[in-house]
Amino acid sequence: MTVAERSVDLLHRRLGVTDEELGAIRDRLGGRDPNDLELAMFSVMWSEHCSYKSSKPLLKTLPTAGDGVVAGPGENAGVISIGDGQAVAFKIESHNHPSAVEPYQGAATGVGGILRDIFTMGARPIAVLDALRFGDPGDARTRHLIDGVVRGVGGYGNCVGVPTVGGELVFDPTYTGNPLVNVMAIGLLEERQLTLAAAPGPGNLVVLFGSTTGRDGIGGASVLASATFGDSDPSKRPSVQVGDPFAEKLLIEASLELIERGLVEGLQDLGAGGITCATSETADRAGTGIVVDLDAIPRREPDMEPFEVMISESQERMCAAVLPDRWEAVRDVCVRWGLPVAVIGRVTDDGDITVVEGGLDDDGRARAGAREIARMPAAALTSDAIIHERLATAPQHRRAAPAPGAPIDPSDRLPERGMDPGAVLLGLLGTANLSSRRAVFEQYDSTVGADTVAGPGRGAAVLRVKNTTKALVASTDGNQAVGALDPYLGAALSVAEATRNVAITGARPLGVTNCLNYGDPTRPEAFWQLSEGVRGLGDACRVLGLPVTGGNVSLYNESPDGPIAPTPVIGVVGLLEDIGRLVGPAFVTEGDPILLVGESTPGMSGSAYAALAGAAVEDGPPALDLAREVALQAFIREAISRELVASAQDVSGGGLAVALAEGAMWSGLGAQVRVPVATSPAVELFGESPSRLVLTARPRFAPALMLLALQHGLPIEELGVVGGDRLVIELIGAGATGASEERGSRIADALEVPIADLRHAWDHGLARALGWEG
Amino acid sequence: MTVRIGVVVFPGSNCDRDTVHALVQAGAEPVELWHEEASLGGVAAVVLPGGFAYGDYLRAGVIARFSPVMRSVAQFAADGGLVLGICNGFQVLAEAGLVPGALLRNRDVRFLGREVSISAERLDTPFTHALDGAGPLRMPIAHGEGCYFADAATLDALEADGGVLFRYVDEAGNRAAEDDRAANPNGSLRAIAGVINAVGNVAGLMPHPERASEAILGSDDGAGIVRSLVESAAKAVGERRVTVALR
Repeated sequence: MTVAERSVDLLHRRLGVTDEELGAIRDRLGGRDPNDLELAMFSVMWSEHCSYKSSKPLLKTLPTAGDGVVAGPGENAGVISIGDGQAVAFKIESHNHPSAVEPYQGAATGVGGILRDIFTMGARPIAVLDALRFGDPGDARTRHLIDGVVRGVGGYGNCVGVPTVGGELVFDPTYTGNPLVNVMAIGLLEERQLTLAAAPGPGNLVVLFGSTTGRDGIGGASVLASATFGDSDPSKRPSVQVGDPFAEKLLIEASLELIERGLVEGLQDLGAGGITCATSETADRAGTGIVVDLDAIPRREPDMEPFEVMISESQERMCAAVLPDRWEAVRDVCVRWGLPVAVIGRVTDDGDITVVEGGLDDDGRARAGAREIARMPAAALTSDAIIHERLATAPQHRRAAPAPGAPIDPSDRLPERGMDPGAVLLGLLGTANLSSRRAVFEQYDSTVGADTVAGPGRGAAVLRVKNTTKALVASTDGNQAVGALDPYLGAALSVAEATRNVAITGARPLGVTNCLNYGDPTRPEAFWQLSEGVRGLGDACRVLGLPVTGGNVSLYNESPDGPIAPTPVIGVVGLLEDIGRLVGPAFVTEGDPILLVGESTPGMSGSAYAALAGAAVEDGPPALDLAREVALQAFIREAISRELVASAQDVSGGGLAVALAEGAMWSGLGAQVRVPVATSPAVELFGESPSRLVLTARPRFAPALMLLALQHGLPIEELGVVGGDRLVIELIGAGATGASEERGSRIADALEVPIADLRHAWDHGLARALGWEG
Repeated sequence: MTVRIGVVVFPGSNCDRDTVHALVQAGAEPVELWHEEASLGGVAAVVLPGGFAYGDYLRAGVIARFSPVMRSVAQFAADGGLVLGICNGFQVLAEAGLVPGALLRNRDVRFLGREVSISAERLDTPFTHALDGAGPLRMPIAHGEGCYFADAATLDALEADGGVLFRYVDEAGNRAAEDDRAANPNGSLRAIAGVINAVGNVAGLMPHPERASEAILGSDDGAGIVRSLVESAAKAVGERRVTVALR
């Protein structure tokens, strides 16, 4: 081995390129070694983050076709028609690793990045939902992280003027060393303005506009996002990008103006991989090449190395393909918005990404004396990047889900264990996971845009579509607690819950975007979790008839504490045709009957109750019947469209008791119900078996509602009635403790809690858990 | 004929489109006024919308006041033209000295986005005359620098001269105490949410009436403020025409 070869060898490993991958790069370069610049460009583009080299074979199994899909995976965001020439663009993306290193900027640039994915398509961003996951809220580092992340999300979103309307905030010890910051954005566009990220037409100009290019974010994709963390890694801090929401706001307006005026042939934002990624992806999509004029790229600082310029992840930049005779118009728009703009290259017909130092002439050819310092096929960097067939191995000691109807742990008969169900309910409402998210959400602007009908904190977000009767409804959900026990089920449950949250407003789910947060894919067990998760996601979407229109994969979510529990976060957008029929989760009128649709099944593992009680519940997670879920969602949509429903809430975290408490707290109306206990009080009150709804209706509609449920093959029963100033739940039936008398008699272990107490527990839980209030 | 009302667009304005929408709903013809243009295009009134003008990096509103359009707005105001500043627009007006006082960081130093209740202290102004009553009016706030501040003498003078236009109130509709974190969340002195200048033609408020102008958005209590402005602007056009005719 020569000295030169050895130095290449060192460099590629330092850049995270394996020996096998270096060989594959040589193959794509006709057998020659890449030079240092080329190697840097490959290292970024072949990172897990940019190439999906481990997950691509799995992602191909997901369903992508569906009604009205205008753009699917592979584009910057999924786009689905909502009728009348309009469409919705949406996508979710992670910024986990940057947020762990520098929470404020990590979260802020996460918001910025996903917004660019939306307006790159020609859509005006109208909403952000952030799905945040942290470790124990009492932990000092968690508190530091959440403070920074929340300020970062707000600092960016508030300034760009896109409302933060929902999302999740979940605490679980599994995220102690590796928080998850997943951000979903939604945009609205006229379908005719759909703009694709391609660089067609050899001879067209490649125009870079937005912020200048600096040394920030060098190796963000390769160094940060595609490796696990050491104990503390200040050395990675320079890899975190720095966001400027003001520049982003200008970028939004300039980009949408360029698109509206038809001045660009294709548009791509600069995210991971910077100029290298934007040029190679747009050229590859269009079947063209691009020659980059390195000296023409506006810099933030002098003496930058070519590789730094080519892979910098400086934020708030866009790249457009422009017809030469439209250049002046494009330049004028950018200048008007105060944005630096430059022609940095030409579209070619050779299929290569070429980097030239020393300038291009007016025809896009290298000037005399100029040097070509890199040349490689665009496809080699993107669509023809290496794919790894990873090994998937199920863990040996894997707890299987119980068969439906499996006997439950007798220790779970809560009143017998001396726990007052009323106290358990208050305890659950006050947990960091189930209490009001207000202390966090009120740091966000949730109403800018004047479209927010239902903002954060109470189920799905609802945004009206101006000048129509329509509304868009969105939710994100994940279920790491069940995912830890059964990654297939955890993913499928997340899809079921996210779509259910949308359906219970009366909306029709349109499509699914997903953020797959998993561990190191080179570990067979972690890769098994990923493949099981994708299988669960795909199965659920197929049965529910929903396309997966895109998303993001975040691997290497591991810290010295170990890998995170598998956490696919599912984002769903739905369409409500008539906003006048919107149904919310709060009770509406005293005297309305309360109905429960669906039935509870055993399976307390992974529930909020299990976490609170600290009980070793061994009965496994609850079973999911996807056909039942489909029937349930069809039923509720039909019931709402026939205006039979006053309020609808699904039974999820904390079970039936929490669903009832929410209906009461959010309306100020109490409830008096009787719950039949077939198995154990804990299962009936706090179990989280899916595909269940709590509905209220005007009394005269109850019979029609019950008939409709039966027509959909769904069990339904009347539990009681809305009214009073407290929540009263009586347990009846054979399974109720002390119910040795005849069935239906009142029993001792009822629950009776004033609404004021419910609200107090719910209002203060989060702020107390975080130490924000005493 | 519909009345033309200017909505200033600074780089970083982000409520300009919402304001345009609310003005259209109220029957006006909004005209966007670009920050670099000195001409106001003959509009009958001007709204400075919310947002983060020029990024608000130094201090909210401090750069915007030097823009070409603001020189014209100041002249327009001096000539008696109607000017309403909402949120960041209020901050710009205060920085430009067109209304008294200043907007400081919120008491708890964090950005606050929530619904508040305010009452109109006067119903005889061009910005409030179409309200059904003093309130309480429910509408959102969304700001990091909304704590109204002025020295005691200025505050006393404001109170005496009817310069307090809106105040934060509690659920019962009573004036919020300065230390009432629920009702006066940004800690504004004397719970002042909006002020009007001595002449009565320039006003600013931190809450967002344009986001609370349709029932579907949870409150239409702000519509009366928007409608007041539109009606006053139409009246101003009529009066000006009469004045011109008389000359």
